Amino acid sequence: MPIIQAQGTEEVHPDILLVNRAREGDVQAFEQLVKQYDRQVFRIAQHITQNREDAEDVVQDAFLKAYEKLGQFQGNSKFYTWLVRIAVNESLMRLRKRRTGRMVSIDEDVETEEGSMPRDLAEWRPDPEMLYGQTELAEILRKTIQGLPPGFRVVFVLRDVEGLSTEETAETLGLSVPAVKSRLLRARLQLRERLSRYFRKNEDGTK
Amino acid sequence: MNCSEFLAQLGDFIDNQVPTGLVADLQAHLEGCEHCVITMQTTQKTIQIYRNHEIYDLPPGLRERLQAAILAKCKKGC
Repeated sequence: MPIIQAQGTEEVHPDILLVNRAREGDVQAFEQLVKQYDRQVFRIAQHITQNREDAEDVVQDAFLKAYEKLGQFQGNSKFYTWLVRIAVNESLMRLRKRRTGRMVSIDEDVETEEGSMPRDLAEWRPDPEMLYGQTELAEILRKTIQGLPPGFRVVFVLRDVEGLSTEETAETLGLSVPAVKSRLLRARLQLRERLSRYFRKNEDGTK
Repeated sequence: MNCSEFLAQLGDFIDNQVPTGLVADLQAHLEGCEHCVITMQTTQKTIQIYRNHEIYDLPPGLRERLQAAILAKCKKGC
């Protein structure tokens, strides 16, 4: 199997070294990649499928598929973004299976105007996360993001939570850069609006 | 610049991707508009909160099951 070479004097990303070792049959090198990225892949799958069982299956299928297809990985994108693309496709497939007869796409419900103009203009309390315990806060964050249309949610998760660049997010989802930017802004504003309920300063200064 | 024009640039402004020529206009708008200051600050906080809090933990045993599946696949031929 061909080994990915560094372009010119550029330093080789450590993932590429692991990919090359895995291609030569070193299964431990691939296990190292699994350890590095299983959390992120699980989070992405859970955000898209909204179902824990499906998300677990997606993690397994995505890594096994990546392992099978290592030979097709060209090294012109990061291994992580290549893996995320596989995981997003697997997640959408699971979602389709669960909603048989209904097409599922990342374009669903993106025409909504909700949240495009800020309505709640109250300031938030300083350190608003401290108002709630960890479990309660996680529940608020889950409930809030679950309410977003899938096409906004996936863009927000890839771009703001998982740290992909705008271009990587666009490539992963098959969207244009302006479409990613527009969805990202709408997602951020909708989440802000919904979180404001929990974090805003009340007029009398109480929680 | 009005609030709608500011809002249209908010995403790029937060990500430091606004063309240099526009930055001064956006900052000038912020100086006179408390609502846009609040919208920007709370939007930045929204992103920060989601980035800093892991809301879905890796289920126990998933990593081990995954590694076993990869090893099984490898034994069949890798």
